[in-house]
Amino acid sequence: MEICCKINGEERKLCFEPHERLLHVLRRHGYYEVKDGCSEGHCGVCTVLVDGKPVKSCLMFAAQAEGKEITTARGLGSPESPHPIQQAFADEGAVQCGFCTPAMILCAHHLLQRVPDPSDKEIRRALDGVLCRCTGYQKIIKAVKTAAQRIGGEAK
Amino acid sequence: MKDFKVVGKPVRKIDAIPLATGQPLFTDDVDMPGMLHARILWSPYAHARIKDIDISEAERLPGVHAVLCYKNVPRVMHTTAGQAWPEPSPYDTAMFDRKVRYVGDRVAAVAAETPEIAERALQLIRVEYEPLPAVLDPEEAIKEGAPVIHDEPDCKYVLPIRWDPKRNIAAHVELETGDFERGLREAEVVVEGKFRTHQEQHCCLETHSCIAYVDPAGRLVIRTSTQVPFHVRRIVAQCLQIPERMVRVVKPRIGGGFGGKQSMIIEDVCAMLAWRTKRPVRLVYTRREEFMSAHVRHAMVLWGKIGAKRDGRLTAIELRVLSNAGAYGAHGMTVVNNTCAKTLPLFRCENIRWVADVAYTNTVPGGAYRGYGVTQGIFPMAILMDELAERLGMDPVDFWKLNTVREGDTHPIFEKLGEVGKGVAMRIESCSLPECIDRAAEVFEWKKKRAEYSKPQSGPVRRGVGMVCVAQGATVPLIDMASASAKMNDDGSFNLLIGATDLGTGADTVLSQIFAETLDIPVEDVIVYAADTDFTPFDKGAYASSTTYCSGMAVLKTAEAIKRQILKVASEMLGEPEENLRVRQKGVESKQSGKRVEFHEIAKHSMYVRKQFQIAATESFASPLPPQSYSAHFVEVEVDVETGEVRVPLYVVAVDCGTAINPKLAEGQAEGAVLNGISHALYEQYVWDERGRMLNPSFGSYRIATTLDAPEIKTILVPSYEPSGPYGAKSIGEVCVNGPLPAISNAIYHAVGIRLRESPFTPDRVLRALKGKSKS
Repeated sequence: MEICCKINGEERKLCFEPHERLLHVLRRHGYYEVKDGCSEGHCGVCTVLVDGKPVKSCLMFAAQAEGKEITTARGLGSPESPHPIQQAFADEGAVQCGFCTPAMILCAHHLLQRVPDPSDKEIRRALDGVLCRCTGYQKIIKAVKTAAQRIGGEAK
Repeated sequence: MKDFKVVGKPVRKIDAIPLATGQPLFTDDVDMPGMLHARILWSPYAHARIKDIDISEAERLPGVHAVLCYKNVPRVMHTTAGQAWPEPSPYDTAMFDRKVRYVGDRVAAVAAETPEIAERALQLIRVEYEPLPAVLDPEEAIKEGAPVIHDEPDCKYVLPIRWDPKRNIAAHVELETGDFERGLREAEVVVEGKFRTHQEQHCCLETHSCIAYVDPAGRLVIRTSTQVPFHVRRIVAQCLQIPERMVRVVKPRIGGGFGGKQSMIIEDVCAMLAWRTKRPVRLVYTRREEFMSAHVRHAMVLWGKIGAKRDGRLTAIELRVLSNAGAYGAHGMTVVNNTCAKTLPLFRCENIRWVADVAYTNTVPGGAYRGYGVTQGIFPMAILMDELAERLGMDPVDFWKLNTVREGDTHPIFEKLGEVGKGVAMRIESCSLPECIDRAAEVFEWKKKRAEYSKPQSGPVRRGVGMVCVAQGATVPLIDMASASAKMNDDGSFNLLIGATDLGTGADTVLSQIFAETLDIPVEDVIVYAADTDFTPFDKGAYASSTTYCSGMAVLKTAEAIKRQILKVASEMLGEPEENLRVRQKGVESKQSGKRVEFHEIAKHSMYVRKQFQIAATESFASPLPPQSYSAHFVEVEVDVETGEVRVPLYVVAVDCGTAINPKLAEGQAEGAVLNGISHALYEQYVWDERGRMLNPSFGSYRIATTLDAPEIKTILVPSYEPSGPYGAKSIGEVCVNGPLPAISNAIYHAVGIRLRESPFTPDRVLRALKGKSKS
């Protein structure tokens, strides 16, 4: 089947079998930044934003994306022009292997949209759905705080 | 610390922005025209003979391009362990065998046009099994009459190692230093006990992934998520029986390794399917397969005994170990060797007796895992140290400081045993462990907390604190070798080509800092390429805490060789003798005349003007020594005596990794390792049924720590200067993973008075121990 949706601001047509999950369809269409860590909803590295909200794309049928707006890490920024959250992750040493990073950044983005100056607890809650085996999470939490400060500073 | 320009600075990880912006950098982030999808058929039995297998129906299914099983691939006995040749692991594995030895062992493989067709083809393979009695416990496996797991006549070691496969013994090793019996007689207090550690999966977020294809020149290219590209090339060529020159292994960005990718888990099958079909083949493990058909940290049974004088000095240490190799012996002996070789030289005690056996069982194979034996070896030692301190009425901090090594010490184990066999004598030239202990104790507020939580506590949640120290030697000396190549470009920048394997650790960044420091250039002028067996020189791979130390020295030597060539050209350009010249900020200047020539001018001169040549060098470093890194671990726990749940609110770790080439990345290594250790201690557990099936092969039921579980981890880097390492550096990757297991056990004892000698410390185990305590 075929649907239309907006991915990273671009109108896209996605073709797939009815049973297919959004994760696998996105990857097949070249959105490799959406990672596959378990395909069963536990690890969270396949998280994308659907209409601004974090969704584990392995748990969503691609068919459910009809008419939705999907954002991936590549939709937030590029190597030439990284998003402040992406920059903060790089600056704070929050990126080790980088496999969970796109999902972490999208969850952080969703948090900072709602809570511009989050507490430690709020950051931990917002990122709880994404597993990381490399960092011990310390520098990821720090990076979200740094990003919040930088974004807040810009807004002022 | 010496004054450096690039070394010791928190340079941003060079691949951080590409990764954070989601660039397609990993093994599976490519598509290739005509790519086939591989799936593997797994054994449902823990132990069975395959009487017959019929693949014809699967082969006939439209869309299937190849089906492999023992009938149609060469039988080449090998080890999957990614170790230096000749490997100290038994050649007890064939690509496909007539026998299966654990639930999840390979039976057959299919390559088809879609994953769905491949999956359907697996269902069409008819296998006739003859189930055999299985043995799941290592203590049972070595008893008389146990089922023999490796009864094939062609399994062997290529090194002279004691083993007895007829008795399921994959390796036997022992050692005595000093005079153990005398030490024991001299002891005034002796503590002893039996301990058990449990299996653990690496849980890299990127599962084992491989894409193999035959290039237009007819060579086999393997793009794979590995820590050991050069060993993979060698082993795959061995298994496929093709010359190594026909194989190229490419390592892109890797989504975590932790030892799990120090074995050739899937590359042989993927490569064989590509070789047979001449089509690109993709093989990516599911999470379930990762749990059931990759490697784990070896579970061990350990008996420890330590004796001490009344004044607290240790007089004797005994450690007996039985390691559960699982179904195959990859890394079996070397991991168990490290329960002695890399664990016990922490202690100022010469009288040591150590005996170890590695037992085959019908469970998932053990393999390399960050810590590599030290995690298991330090567990009994550090708990017994805590018991001894208590018996002697000493504060554990004082007791550990009294009994752990310092600068200038040596240890007889260094010479007698290394990871592979005989070791090398070594004097400890760098050790800031005493300062690590002091600083961590202070930041943790050890004295205050220890006193406060020692008072009677009420309510369901009881607090306690515990501490331990750990050492971990870098490299396998005299065996591990790394090399680097570099060349100068005409703008004065450099390509640095390294076989070293960055798994996400930041090794590429650290190594370019070492290169940049030596030539006094910014890191941006170093273009790193790693690792590709066609283009980068040999490196043993990322393991044994060796990349910063060993690969770092290879990079340093390469940069120095380049510097000599640069100075020679500059000397001619400036008309001054080389001894007057030095490199300075992307140029060469004269200490006498002050005259200066820029790197880009030197490069152009050497390429286009006179006596033309490419400024380039390749250097190697074979590690002569295993310098130890150290860490002091302090942990606070909250034990709920009603639910048995253990929480960790605070963890302080102080680390001596010599010079931290990149402090921010070094902290990241420490923090990640500590949380991995906490997760192992409290949450992670393989649950088996009586037939040897893992019941929880999913992150839903095999839980690893999340942001909500992670405590605040305070990392303190306490520098020392290792003269044999690059700019004083040692290693950082492994040492911190070993602390949490015993430290948490000690803290639980402090909180509620139960000694947990078996891991993990799950609520049911805590409650059972509490019940046992209240009865006694």
